[in-house]
Amino acid sequence: MTVAVVQFGGSNCDRDAVRALDHLGVDAERVWHEDGLPDDAEGIVLPGGFSYGDYLRAGAMAARAPIMDEVRAAAEEGVPVIGICNGAQIGSESGLTPGAFTTNASARFQCEPVRLRVERADTPWTAAYGEGDVIEVPIAHGEGRFEISDEAHADLVDDDRVLFRYCDADGNVTDAANPNGSTDNVAGVLGERETVAVLMPHPERATLPDLGRSTDGAGILAAFA
Amino acid sequence: MTAYTATVTVRLKRGVLDPEAETTQQALERLGFELSDLRSADRFEVDLDAADAGEAADRADEMAERLLANPTIHDYDVAVAER
Repeated sequence: MTVAVVQFGGSNCDRDAVRALDHLGVDAERVWHEDGLPDDAEGIVLPGGFSYGDYLRAGAMAARAPIMDEVRAAAEEGVPVIGICNGAQIGSESGLTPGAFTTNASARFQCEPVRLRVERADTPWTAAYGEGDVIEVPIAHGEGRFEISDEAHADLVDDDRVLFRYCDADGNVTDAANPNGSTDNVAGVLGERETVAVLMPHPERATLPDLGRSTDGAGILAAFA
Repeated sequence: MTAYTATVTVRLKRGVLDPEAETTQQALERLGFELSDLRSADRFEVDLDAADAGEAADRADEMAERLLANPTIHDYDVAVAER
């Protein structure tokens, strides 16, 4: 499988994603957005960064880039797509997933390890875990607060499309464990298909053993393996 | 065709937390100002030529729908004036 890591102006986690995927034995390459998706792309990563300087809203500009029409079409055909951090903002801005990611409740940029409770273990992104497992993955964002209308939130919960929630070490979903004020502690959600997901934490920063404290994120990227 | 300026004002929906506005309010209060609330908004001034004010408003409305506002968190309004 060749995974296309889509690089926009201002993406800065694209190399990290390729490196992490390489480590997992997944063939991955960076793809400049203006070049379009390669024909053999069997997976897509929308990486983190600050595409277009977060102008207007984080992810707003990249979400309207022509390549996103190709990404949406591929997603509808079942190609696995994951948006990480700025990629999550791009994914929600482009309509791949519901809700929006906006300014942290703290009004600060936050770069810190967080714990996530795996809410669904029957998706490609979480097959390595059990439901209720607690994993540690870092966040690095200023606009990661998940917002969604009450009606859409009810649908999201009813449809079981919350993939990860911020939690404490014991897996309790609490306000204290919510780093950014996200509605319902939501850290990651699924699109209409389980093969489409976005999350604010960075699994590619918790995959390589040499990088530090956690390799818990490897299971998420293992969806492409 | 007539020259118009369409002013699109995008603001957070009531009830959506606005940490930047809260921080700004706190800074004003530190300066000694008394205020009970503060809301921020983005204003876009779009110069365009249109057959009439209604067409100018329609085009600005579509700009807001497709890019300037995010319907999940924003309300917006459009005002059109001859330029």
